[in-house]
Amino acid sequence: MYPSKFDYVRAQSVEEAVERTSSHSNAKLLAGGHSLIPALKLRLAQPDLLVDLGRIAALKGISRHNGTVSVGALTTHATCAASDDLPKVWSEAAGLIGDPQVRNRGTVGGNIAHADPASDLPTVLIALGAQIHVQGTAGSRAIPADEFFVDLFTTSLEEGEIITRVEVPAESNQGSAYTKVFNPASRYAILGVAAQVAIAGGVCRQLRVAAGGSTPKAIRAHHVEAALQGQPLNDTTIQHAAAAIAEDLGEEVIGDMYASAAYRRSIAAQIAARALSAAAARAR
Amino acid sequence: MTAINVVVNGKSYTREVEPRLLLVDFIRDTLSLTGTNIACDTSQCGACTIHLDGQAVKSCTVLAVQADGSTLTTIEGLANGKLHPMQQAFWDQHGLQCGYCTPGMIMAAAKLVEENPEITEAEIRHGLEGNLCRCTGYQNIVAAVAQAAKA
Repeated sequence: MYPSKFDYVRAQSVEEAVERTSSHSNAKLLAGGHSLIPALKLRLAQPDLLVDLGRIAALKGISRHNGTVSVGALTTHATCAASDDLPKVWSEAAGLIGDPQVRNRGTVGGNIAHADPASDLPTVLIALGAQIHVQGTAGSRAIPADEFFVDLFTTSLEEGEIITRVEVPAESNQGSAYTKVFNPASRYAILGVAAQVAIAGGVCRQLRVAAGGSTPKAIRAHHVEAALQGQPLNDTTIQHAAAAIAEDLGEEVIGDMYASAAYRRSIAAQIAARALSAAAARAR
Repeated sequence: MTAINVVVNGKSYTREVEPRLLLVDFIRDTLSLTGTNIACDTSQCGACTIHLDGQAVKSCTVLAVQADGSTLTTIEGLANGKLHPMQQAFWDQHGLQCGYCTPGMIMAAAKLVEENPEITEAEIRHGLEGNLCRCTGYQNIVAAVAQAAKA
C-alpha cells in the first residue's frame, strides 16, 4: 500500500512545528506514525504536508516533580510500560498496547490525538484526571482529559495546536489497574476498564473509574464510582458496583465485526469487577 | 525527493527518496535487501520486523525519511561469520514451515532474548504477540527462542 504524495519537513522545535502546521491548509503532524501511517496507506488521510515531530528531544521522557508526573508527548508506550514513576494503571495499560514492536514506536501524544475509540490510553487518562498540555499560535493551555476527547476520532484540539505533554498526579497510597478484553490480532480494546482507588479507615476513598473501547469515546464511570465510594471493598460490594457500569455505558455501545454491542454489554460488569479488585489489592 | 543517510548492516547508504516511501520498501526495493518480508502491510503480522537504532520495529509502518541518520539491522546483517544463535536455534528446532514469517520472527526474538536473557516460555509467547505464523508453527518457534536464550 502506498500513501498519496505529500511534502515532508522535520521540525526542530515545537515553535517551528506550530508555525509550519498553522500556516498550511492541509498539514498533518507525525509522531511515531503508528496511527497516522496506517491511515495514510489506506488514504483515509491525504495531507499535502507532514510535519515530523520525531526529533524534538524536549517532547520525550517522563519526569516527576512535587507529586505530579509529566510525560512528554513523544514518549513511547515501551518507555511508559517500563516506568516506575507512572501510576500503575498507565504502565500496565501501556504494556498491553499492540505488541513490543508497536510499543517501541507508538507515542502518547500520537495516540491521544488520534482518539481511536478502541485505544487504551484515553480510558486511563480519564480515570487519572490527566491534564493534556498543548501549544498553538495563541500560546499554551491545559485541557482536562474529560474535555479532550469529544467523539469518535475527535478531540478538542484547535487547528495548529500540538500536544506537548500529559500530566497526572503521582500515585502515593492509591492502587490502580487496567483490565481489557481485546481483539487478538491488533490487541485494540473491545472493552477496557481503568480504576484507581485509595482505602482509608477500611473503606473505599477517591475512587476513579473509566471505560473505553465500547463507546464512541472513553467515558468516566460515575455510576460505578457512586456505588462503591465509602463502602468496604469486598467481592460483594465490588460486584454490586461493577454492575452499575451498564448505566455508564449508556445507549451508544459499539457493535462491529470484532464484538457485538450485546457481547460488550454482557462482559462489562465482569471486566469492571476485575479492574476494581486488582486496584483494591494494590491499594492495601 | 528528500536525501536520507542510513547505516544498514554496517554499510552506509545515501539515497534520494520520496517522503511517502515506506522503510520496508526502501530496504527491499531501493537497497535490494529482500530478506525482510511484507505480508499484512498493516502492522499486525510482524514479517517486516527489523532493528532500528537497536529496537525491533515494524518497517511497514515507518517512513524511510523517519529513519534518516539511523542504524538499521535486517535479517541479512544478523549473522556474523556464522549463524546468529537465534538463526541456529530456528534451524535446530525446525522453527519454521513455509518460512515467510521467519525473518521477522528471528529479528523480534533476537531482541526479546537480548533484553531478557532469562526469558520464560510465557514471556516468549507474550513477547512474540506481534509476529504471526500463518502455518501456526508456534510450538517449534517457542522452542527455538528458548534454545537461543540458553546459547
